[in-house]
Amino acid sequence: MSSKVIHAIYDDDDVLMNAVKEVRAAHHHIEEVYTPFPVHGLDKAMGLEPTRMGITAFMFGLTGLGFAVWFLNYIMIDNWPQNIGGKPSFTFYHNMPAFVPILFEMTVFFAAHLMVITFYLRSKIWPFRKAENPDPRTTDDKFLMEVAVDGNEDEVASLLKRTGAIEINVKETH
Amino acid sequence: MGHYEAPIREAIITGDKSYHDITVDVAGPIERKANKQWWIAFIISLAAFLWGFGAIAYTIGTGIGVWGLNNRINWAWDITNFVWWVGIGHAGTLISAVLLLFRQKWRMGINRSAEAMTIFAVVQAGLFPLIHMGRIWDGFYVLPIPNALGSLWVNFNSPLLWDVFAISTYLTVSLVFWWTGLLPDFAMIRDRATKPFQKKIYSLLSFGWSGRAKDWQRFEEVSLVLAGLATPLVLSVHTIVSFDFATSVIPGWHSTVYPPYFVAGAVFSGFAMVQTLLLIMRKVCNLEYYITRVHIENMNKVILVTGGIVTVAYLSEFFVGWYTGSSYEDFVYLSVGAATGPYWWAFWSLIICNSVIPQLFWIKKIRTNYVWTFIISIFINIGMWFERFDIIVINLSRGHLPSSWTQFSPTFVDIGIFIGTLGFFFVLFLLYARTFPVIAQAEVKSILKSTGDNYKRARETNQPVQFAMAGAGVSQPINVVAEEQPAIETPVIETPEVTVDDKDAQTDSLLASLGTFDPATDTADDLKKIKGVGPKMEATLNQIGIYTFDQVSKMTKKEYDLLDSITGSFPGRAERDDWAGQAKNLKS
Repeated sequence: MSSKVIHAIYDDDDVLMNAVKEVRAAHHHIEEVYTPFPVHGLDKAMGLEPTRMGITAFMFGLTGLGFAVWFLNYIMIDNWPQNIGGKPSFTFYHNMPAFVPILFEMTVFFAAHLMVITFYLRSKIWPFRKAENPDPRTTDDKFLMEVAVDGNEDEVASLLKRTGAIEINVKETH
Repeated sequence: MGHYEAPIREAIITGDKSYHDITVDVAGPIERKANKQWWIAFIISLAAFLWGFGAIAYTIGTGIGVWGLNNRINWAWDITNFVWWVGIGHAGTLISAVLLLFRQKWRMGINRSAEAMTIFAVVQAGLFPLIHMGRIWDGFYVLPIPNALGSLWVNFNSPLLWDVFAISTYLTVSLVFWWTGLLPDFAMIRDRATKPFQKKIYSLLSFGWSGRAKDWQRFEEVSLVLAGLATPLVLSVHTIVSFDFATSVIPGWHSTVYPPYFVAGAVFSGFAMVQTLLLIMRKVCNLEYYITRVHIENMNKVILVTGGIVTVAYLSEFFVGWYTGSSYEDFVYLSVGAATGPYWWAFWSLIICNSVIPQLFWIKKIRTNYVWTFIISIFINIGMWFERFDIIVINLSRGHLPSSWTQFSPTFVDIGIFIGTLGFFFVLFLLYARTFPVIAQAEVKSILKSTGDNYKRARETNQPVQFAMAGAGVSQPINVVAEEQPAIETPVIETPEVTVDDKDAQTDSLLASLGTFDPATDTADDLKKIKGVGPKMEATLNQIGIYTFDQVSKMTKKEYDLLDSITGSFPGRAERDDWAGQAKNLKS
């Protein structure tokens, strides 16, 4: 296994995008790219799978809707039906129009919060977690590409230099 | 690359910024010490907050009898203030969610502060339903939890309970939306911090954000989905607030127009409050380059539209009240009775502040003027408070029993609580302005190349990009570090610079892609038929060798730029007028 990585620092998002394409074309493995802002198309250029956050949100929304149906039915129809302003309370179906606002709010509540929690867990971000960007400048105006090397350091370094990297550092990994 | 934006669109990031300049400008207010004005404003707000806190404590300790409520007017300033604050809390999510779905780039300069304002305003709003319960320690009755009182459940048929769910969902969803957007910006502050304590705090706040490509991919999808969820949510909140009134049988409240009218009014008042806050903030925090005339004008246009909707709603309410011919409709808040009765001053404050004064925004000079905008936004804030006061107090002040007709006079506690929420709001906002990145800097950086004034200018003039701060540039010439000139696209300058010498070569390459004109087989078209081509331009085109619509219709961005560099006149004109598209139509 490779025990070394190269950190190439770029100072422009378009140069970085091009570099990513060239490094991939030369069949080197890009471990990671750290950027200060979302660079559009970078995920595709790196060959990342599309994210499934939208799908999770949809499923969480369905969960919320299902939960709301169950608990409205339990409270208003099953457990203690009441005559409130003559609104029909015999079946869920008849009372449902009055429940639409709550059904909607619960759907949104579940979808939004559970999606965000999923995002935080998947991307490993939560309070007291230590940041892992190797260079503090990557939250300012620099872009860092981490490329795995396996004895071919010089070759990769020169390729990266050719793609417009302003700084190249070789790092030991553990 | 995909940074092109039509030159006709005004730059929304000005001051020749580079990526690093944005970092410095956003971190500035946090890293500097607070100035004297900030302390003065903070102390005044804190005093108001403490007074309000005392008034709330007195209310809870003694009961809501300390308010000016009476037998007829059983809701007054409490619910007026509640609806006013909730309405103000609508602009933030509208700006960040609805404008995101519409891909409006100008939202990025203002969304962070607008969302902060939303959250702080909803906090104020939430106070009123809680304290107006009287026995706040029984407040948990509004939650559907099993309790020791038998099967005493909440009533899910009631709009008041829908409100509990709507407001809490809105507050929490807005909060996570805001916080998720803040993570990369907190990370930026963290990585710049030099003092250990600051570094610790911002490390904690940033949740260890590292900015990996995968994180950004998820971040963008999450933002988009949250925007999609928040858009119907924000519409539902004020709709449900309006149900509190609309589902009752009180004359003046029982009105089907309430939901859309309330939502429009909320957006109207929210944008007015955003203007009030941001016009001060852009000065105090030196954000003039990010909150520009374009932002102010766009927001004023939203105010004009929503103010128009509100005015139409007033007219329809007024008409319906009159048309029923019912004497019980002649005292509702929009009626001849209200305009001439004891509450004439409240009626006319509403009409003048909300419907008359905002019409000044039809004048471009006024809607692009900071001072005028500020003054008008204050009027709208006042007018929207009166709208809720009128709806609640005027409608309740009279009824079917004339002997009970009355008026409302607030006590010092009513006034104290209202002033207190204003103080609380500004305490939160001032603290926010000192400690949070007040511009969504990561997002602003992502649009810098398309809409920064220096980048736009560079594209139009084919000059290298200029930066205000020397040495902070992002596009240092690449060949300084690279050993050989790589075959990469230069990021900004999309066409090579043309010198007089290689004009012929340019002409050849232009004709090569458009096809040449052969006088023997082809006939020349009247190119003047294309909008934007005059006799002089036609002569120039003919000189180059372009005679037919067929040739023009093949032109793309590359050819336009070549053409511009050859002719040197009207840069960008051909593209703006879409000559190729016109020629395609003329050809057939």
